[in-house]
Amino acid sequence: MTLPKRAFPWQKWVLTIIMVLGLIWSAFITDAHMGKFFENFGEFTKIFVEMCQPDWSYTTYVFQPMIETIKMAVIGTLIGSVLAFPYALLVARNIVTNKVVVGVFRFILNIVRTIPDLMLAALFVAVVGIGPVAGVITLAIFTFGMVGKLFYEAVETIDPGPLEAVRAAGAGRLEIIRFAVLPQIANYFVSYVLYAFEINVRASTVLGYLGAGGIGVYLQQALSMFRYDRVGLMVLVIFIVVLLIDYTSGKMREALL
Amino acid sequence: MTEMKKLPAQPAQHRWPFWLGWAAVIVLIVWSFTGMPSFELKQNAVMVAKSMLDGLIHPDWSYVWTGDGEDLTNALLQTLGIAFLGTFISAIISLPFAFWAAHTKNKFWLTSRSGKFVLTAIRTFPEIVMALMFIKAVGPGSFAGVLAVGFHSVGMLAKLFSEAIENMDNGAGESVTAAGGTRLDVTILASLPQLLPEFVSNTLYRFELAIRSASILGMVGAGGVGTPLIFAIQTRSWPRVGIILIGIIIMVTAVDWLSGALRKRLV
Repeated sequence: MTLPKRAFPWQKWVLTIIMVLGLIWSAFITDAHMGKFFENFGEFTKIFVEMCQPDWSYTTYVFQPMIETIKMAVIGTLIGSVLAFPYALLVARNIVTNKVVVGVFRFILNIVRTIPDLMLAALFVAVVGIGPVAGVITLAIFTFGMVGKLFYEAVETIDPGPLEAVRAAGAGRLEIIRFAVLPQIANYFVSYVLYAFEINVRASTVLGYLGAGGIGVYLQQALSMFRYDRVGLMVLVIFIVVLLIDYTSGKMREALL
Repeated sequence: MTEMKKLPAQPAQHRWPFWLGWAAVIVLIVWSFTGMPSFELKQNAVMVAKSMLDGLIHPDWSYVWTGDGEDLTNALLQTLGIAFLGTFISAIISLPFAFWAAHTKNKFWLTSRSGKFVLTAIRTFPEIVMALMFIKAVGPGSFAGVLAVGFHSVGMLAKLFSEAIENMDNGAGESVTAAGGTRLDVTILASLPQLLPEFVSNTLYRFELAIRSASILGMVGAGGVGTPLIFAIQTRSWPRVGIILIGIIIMVTAVDWLSGALRKRLV
């Protein structure tokens, strides 16, 4: 007995050829030379070894900016989520039935989501000046884009039963949201906000590189002075803080869902 | 219907951690606002914001294509190249890391724990710092960006790969063994067909994120569209900032859409 013959996998071949062509093209356009990398690998390891011997005396100086970084992340997450909540209801198809409204506001949300965080930071540093305020605004907008999408997707997956029941009982739009939508999604919302906070803590550590406050400012100074021992210390501190926050937030999210 | 039935009260023991949690959150928020410089719009800020908006509304269309290789199209293509090659490199590096971190493949628990720890460390290492280290090694330019994207992505990609390995169905592999297959047969006939679509899907997802990274790495000198953008912001030439932002938005949206469509067909 023989197995039936397989059809010639055109798609796979076409994709493979595209991949190979893309690889050659991207190596060409980015001027990639693996040889150059291995040649100068010593330089790279030298920096790495320097970073592995942190300048412990700098710890006390790092403490304050790290706190500022966390504060920036908290405020940014708060503002972004508070703005994202009504917006998410506005772009959820089962709450707002007007297709034009949903389409336009979703388009705006998608555009906000495409702009990388550091780019926003560079723009806001130019507007409000160097300092943590630029960082907070950046994180607020970044959170708005990220959480807004998660929020409206959660709203769209809710059970329509309670919605209809409350509407049948004569509830207005706000009452529908309060009694039928919120109880179903509140836990998801809190969980997403915590998730956004985790990402924001990571993001806020580098925003200062462009002048938007926090530990990134010190990171940039140390890097421009080639003090890799200090860079190593800061990376270590960032690592510990991020691990702690991820762990706590992860446990809280587990308890919620 | 004169008398309404009362709802039973919620059990009290479920409520106090709830309120405690909220109290902690409020304390955290209030604490965060202490020591923050007050938000005040200076006269200058309003002016800058106005001219920025003006520039964003009237973008510098002539920058899209000048033909001398220093234009937006070229910068965007370079960004695309950095993300593509970087993601490809990271996909290859991620494979061994993924098998290291997957707990179903390792009998000894410490092996996969240590693998997961290393991956978290790579994820947390700021990408900009990595880019600057590579710039030191290979000089400023796109190649440093490729290496930064390539090594930084391993942290996330290998984690996704290892999760795919952990969630793999063992049934197919067992049946190949039962039919007399060797370890190699199990890999080729059972593991690979299950893992490959998942791996490709994860890599595509990471590629979407790499496009975003590649477009900001240029701000520190690692090639791509970030370099002309930071120059335009520093010289306050907002029409140029506007056109670069539009270019990035179009590129990111197009890649997201394309990759999303491909991933939908895969999984």
